[in-house]
Amino acid sequence: MSYKEKIAKRAAREVLPGQVINLGIGIPTLIPDFLTAETPVWVHSENGILGMGRRCRRGAEDRNLIDAGGNYVTLQPGAAFLDSGLSFALVRGGRLDVAFLGALEISRAGDLANWIIPGKYAPGIGGGMELAQKARRVIVTTTHTTRSGAPKILNHCTLPLTAKSCVNTIITELAVIEVTTEGLLLLEIAAESDVKQVLAKTGAPLIVPKGKLPVF
Amino acid sequence: MIDKICLIENIRSRFKDGMTVMVGGFGVPGTPFTLIDTLLATGVSDLTLIKNEANEDHMGLSKLIEASHCRKIITSHLGLNATVIGMMNRGEIAVEFYPQGILAEKIRAGGAGLFGFLTDIGIDTILSDKKQTVTVGGRKVIAEPALRADVALIHAALADRSGNLVYEKSARNFNPLMATAADTVIAEVERVVETGSLDPDQIHTPGAFVDHVVEIKELTQEYGILAHHVI
Repeated sequence: MSYKEKIAKRAAREVLPGQVINLGIGIPTLIPDFLTAETPVWVHSENGILGMGRRCRRGAEDRNLIDAGGNYVTLQPGAAFLDSGLSFALVRGGRLDVAFLGALEISRAGDLANWIIPGKYAPGIGGGMELAQKARRVIVTTTHTTRSGAPKILNHCTLPLTAKSCVNTIITELAVIEVTTEGLLLLEIAAESDVKQVLAKTGAPLIVPKGKLPVF
Repeated sequence: MIDKICLIENIRSRFKDGMTVMVGGFGVPGTPFTLIDTLLATGVSDLTLIKNEANEDHMGLSKLIEASHCRKIITSHLGLNATVIGMMNRGEIAVEFYPQGILAEKIRAGGAGLFGFLTDIGIDTILSDKKQTVTVGGRKVIAEPALRADVALIHAALADRSGNLVYEKSARNFNPLMATAADTVIAEVERVVETGSLDPDQIHTPGAFVDHVVEIKELTQEYGILAHHVI
């Protein structure tokens, strides 16, 4: 299993039966592979699908049925289509239970930066700002550090924010971390990792509970 | 009997330099490629374009931008179009970004005859820097103006002769919103049926919003499956 699949597999455990969830681009799109029949959910795709199924098998593509990243997808029984206004009424109006999002930076207070690196990367906002600000729960699925090894979890974000104090839970290949009013709480640790490594690769203080941490 | 069916040759005169054009679609689904090609062929320039994204490189809206017919694009995301991002970075085209649902809502408000709406989306970000804000119930929110266009270009699967439209699957997206928010609304459709044969409960955009319906003779390759998105 790749590190991305490991993150997605752990993230899938956060989903409760009957929830409405939205999956950002990248690692979150792997989450449905780890959801079982015991966890029926409504997957929302912001281009106007509620009840999106898995990616479409080769040869069965429908030119009118894509997700927000342009991939050909399928429908679950009971699916419905929404225009772009209604699609975001669902998000802003509080009907989206969980948004799984990627991150460039996350702060100790749960601020999220994931849409712009000024001067380098500015493709636009898309649906990310509304998802981050309005989903009832925001779970960030990301690598613990950047490609060059710098921590993504910091005391303060240096990049322009997507939304302030929006992140509830951070799931990386090394750890599961909860954003609390007291600070970042280390909840679980990857089997391949240890507390010392997680602390070294995190750019903000972590609250480490006493005793042995659950392993994923 | 009302009949809005018209030949594509007859809509060319609707396009003028400097106009604002809304274009439906989210990726390939719902993008009116035939109408975009018609607009491109007229050579009309200095356009302000409004679309969720600019399609992918060398397709649909991107062709208008690459041919320098567009002065400014009002959009949500250009992530799948490196060509237009390059033009933006070199200052060859002005770009105004909005959160996707805020763009949709600006168009909805324009279509509903409203001046705008109040929202807290982006209030704690650089997005609010140059925005007008007001305080409602003790909270600072952004006053977001409505958006309208001179012309809206729409793609629907089905129309009747009186202009009632039916969209298909995820090709619905911005189309029904834009079909309310322009002075002239032109819909290209894949099939035309006689008035009275559509179930009134199934109609997504009532014909009163639509000025002209153009039947597409053939679905060109652009409407088809994009190989690089297939597993």
